[in-house]
Amino acid sequence: MKMVYYCDECKKRPATVHITKIHNNKKTELHLCEECARKHQEIPFSFEPNFSIHKFLSGLLEGTPLEVPTLPSIQCPNCRLTYEQFSQIGRFGCSQCYHTFGERLDPLLRKIQGNSRHTGKVPRRAGGNMWIKREVERLRAELQAAVREEAYEKAAEIRDRIRELEQRLK
Amino acid sequence: MSIKDALNNAYTKWMEGSGPYASIVISSRVRLARNLVEFPFPHQASEETGRKVIQLVEGVLSDPQVRKRLGVFDFVTMGELSPLERQVLVEKHLISPQHAQENGYNRGLALRDDEAVSIMVNEEDHLRIQVLFPGLQLEAAWEVASQVDDVLEERLDYAFEEKYGYLTCCPTNVGTGLRASVMMHLPALKMTQQLNQVFTTLSKLGMVVRGLYGEGTEAKGNLFQISNQITLGPSEEEIISNLVAVSRQVIEQEKLARESLRKEALVQIEDRVYRSYGILANAYIISSEEAMDHLSNLRLGIDMGILRGIDNRTLNELLVKIRPAFIQKIAGREMDAFNRDLKRAAIIREVLQNYKVW
Repeated sequence: MKMVYYCDECKKRPATVHITKIHNNKKTELHLCEECARKHQEIPFSFEPNFSIHKFLSGLLEGTPLEVPTLPSIQCPNCRLTYEQFSQIGRFGCSQCYHTFGERLDPLLRKIQGNSRHTGKVPRRAGGNMWIKREVERLRAELQAAVREEAYEKAAEIRDRIRELEQRLK
Repeated sequence: MSIKDALNNAYTKWMEGSGPYASIVISSRVRLARNLVEFPFPHQASEETGRKVIQLVEGVLSDPQVRKRLGVFDFVTMGELSPLERQVLVEKHLISPQHAQENGYNRGLALRDDEAVSIMVNEEDHLRIQVLFPGLQLEAAWEVASQVDDVLEERLDYAFEEKYGYLTCCPTNVGTGLRASVMMHLPALKMTQQLNQVFTTLSKLGMVVRGLYGEGTEAKGNLFQISNQITLGPSEEEIISNLVAVSRQVIEQEKLARESLRKEALVQIEDRVYRSYGILANAYIISSEEAMDHLSNLRLGIDMGILRGIDNRTLNELLVKIRPAFIQKIAGREMDAFNRDLKRAAIIREVLQNYKVW
């Protein structure tokens, strides 16, 4: 019959980690289960948690009906990552991947983010015209408010500013 | 302060022990994930490409004009640091545990001289701009992060798209690329067994609770990090103001729990606080876990006015001084767990000796 050691610490789970310490010529043995063994040491330098967000995400991707074989396989022309590889590692290879995988991403993003549209900050340069578009939207709302308050002078100023920005968009 | 100095000093900006709600909120952090459009993400990039990205970022930050606006940054690559030194940066919350596992010259860190702003280069994304402030100061941290972001964007070509916003390596960061978090000390909620309830509510509100060092780490010393889960959809201001509102609620709950402890169990709390003080001031061998627990009691004792004479800053500094890597860095050699426990106890005794506690 095979001997089963139980964990010295919790006395519940079988011991799978065996530590032998020799200190001042005295030998001590410790038999621990994995859980208690982990508690025994401080975070070692190479500590790698079992849970990986990327593995978790790739699990989400596998379960989606997006991967029906009728969809042609796509490969990012820039970094050569395929959609299959992306769904395995849960990470994109380059910013172009977003464009390459396009609408396939929407269901995934809704699943993990609850949304699929950015409404926040727009960078001045990379955002291009978008910064102006957002500014126009914001000014239109201000214009309406000004009209409601019958602040016509202010409304006219805002209207001119909108026209100016719209000129830049053309 | 240079990065080499930062490695030998436990103290860093977030430990000031000041700022709003400093008795419960240790620090506030804002992190922005950004990528450069012309390069593949770090995990797909060659070492050469990685170094090029570092050079670009270094170039921008060392420009005199940029220095005037953003302050003075020091640079280092992970390859220039020993594993121990990288771990010290993790313990000070200046880099992530993942970044510390890298040892290449293509993984970098730019650290502002006040240590409030750090930029990891080629972690999961090309840039991770991080701002860490003491107390509950998320709005201020966001403003600084956004300013650093603006200045970098003037000279670096960001990957941005109208629909998905800032494009990131992992789809969990896309959109704003913003992760805001608040580190809180919640001993009374723990003692009154209300933590699970609070955390369940937080997760329903789209917040995540993590341990001391972020993703995948355990909560020690009753310290918890609360952060936003969603990065795509809401604006940065919405994300920040939501987290601030939620944090205020948690602070209120913790205060209520402390008050009820004061009413119902003052003697037991006093006993706990003084026992912990006794152990910390006298022990010769102490593990970091045990020390964290007692330091939590000490902090609670000070906040509740049971114990006087020690300030929050000293306690915050101890959070780093007692960590394994920092102990070894200061000792100048590698140590096994037993020797670290000896050294740790000595460090704590020495700090507490300087204070007359009453």
